[in-house]
Amino acid sequence: MDFEKLQEIIADELDVDKDEVKPEAKLIDDLGADSLSIVELQMTIEDESGVKIPEEDVQKLVTVQDIFDEIKKAE
Amino acid sequence: MIMKSVQIISTGLSLPSRAVTNDDLAAIEDTNDEWIVKRTGIRERRFTEGEESANSLALRAAERALKKSGIDRKKIGLVIVATLSGDYSTPSVASQLQQALGLDKDIPYFDINAACSGFPYAIETARSFLYANPERPYALVTGVEELSKLLDMTDRSTNILFGDGAGAVVIRLVEGSYASVLGAQSSLAINCMGAKSDSSYIRMDGKEVFRFAVRILPHMINTTLEKAGMTYDQIDWFVCHQANKRIIDHVVRAMKLPGEKFYCNIDRIGNTSGASIPICIAEMEEKGLLHSGEKLLLLGFGSGLTWGSCIVSYR
Repeated sequence: MDFEKLQEIIADELDVDKDEVKPEAKLIDDLGADSLSIVELQMTIEDESGVKIPEEDVQKLVTVQDIFDEIKKAE
Repeated sequence: MIMKSVQIISTGLSLPSRAVTNDDLAAIEDTNDEWIVKRTGIRERRFTEGEESANSLALRAAERALKKSGIDRKKIGLVIVATLSGDYSTPSVASQLQQALGLDKDIPYFDINAACSGFPYAIETARSFLYANPERPYALVTGVEELSKLLDMTDRSTNILFGDGAGAVVIRLVEGSYASVLGAQSSLAINCMGAKSDSSYIRMDGKEVFRFAVRILPHMINTTLEKAGMTYDQIDWFVCHQANKRIIDHVVRAMKLPGEKFYCNIDRIGNTSGASIPICIAEMEEKGLLHSGEKLLLLGFGSGLTWGSCIVSYR
């Protein structure tokens, strides 16, 4: 999955503008995510990319870049 | 002609009189209306007070459904109540309806505990029973919960979600497409301790349950329709257990289903577990939303973890 695709997914799931989904943007503080939307996001990413993000790792993901790194690691 | 499909003849609704708003909860714990609405879609729920209880709510809903049906009560061949929160662990809620409703003693009365999947479980059980015992062609199926008595009022992750209420239907078998999907996978992700416990409170791993719900709903919808040989557009109403508005929103979005076909009352009623589906159906009838011959796909999921779905039609 490339970064642009991830941006699209996050913008769609969190109902924010794609331009706001910058690498350094924080999911909860900047993009208005909450615990359930992070679960939804995780599931959509898993469906779209085929990678599995372990539950214990999800808790540590703060920024958009963190998610992207996690996907790359899993790929 | 094989009479194998379930038809709803009539419905009955019974909600406790006391409405508890999010602001009421914010007065006793650190929460607020905006937070609850955003995460759950719930604005208020009903809690029993005074003489109201699970058994009295069930009785009132069942009486209304029977009265509306206009049928001879001797033709009721089965009484099932879907519940996890009856007044007593034993006797069952169903057994206590016999005398008050003036029903025959020589028919089965029992409760089903499949938590939030209880109502589809009860409908499928009733269908099988009516099929085997055609001499009394009607069944009374009620869903009731009084979850307010199982809430830890110091646990804001659960006490904002649940409420009380009852809904009942009188059903019979007719010719038509029918299918059901019932299942379970062992998990304590939602639990409420039983007889061995000093304090019986509902405990829930919200994220785990959310994950389960948004995976099992598409499975149930697709499998049930496939078994019935039907397609999405042949379903007039998707009556989904009211656990969290965001579960329904997620599934509607992911499956590209028409959201307007999903009846929702979670904003006013909260999560009433086994009662949520029959409460929805009874409200839909009261509001004049149901039309003759319409097909409803009932979708329950919850503690167990269990799931249950079935297709019923409206008279």
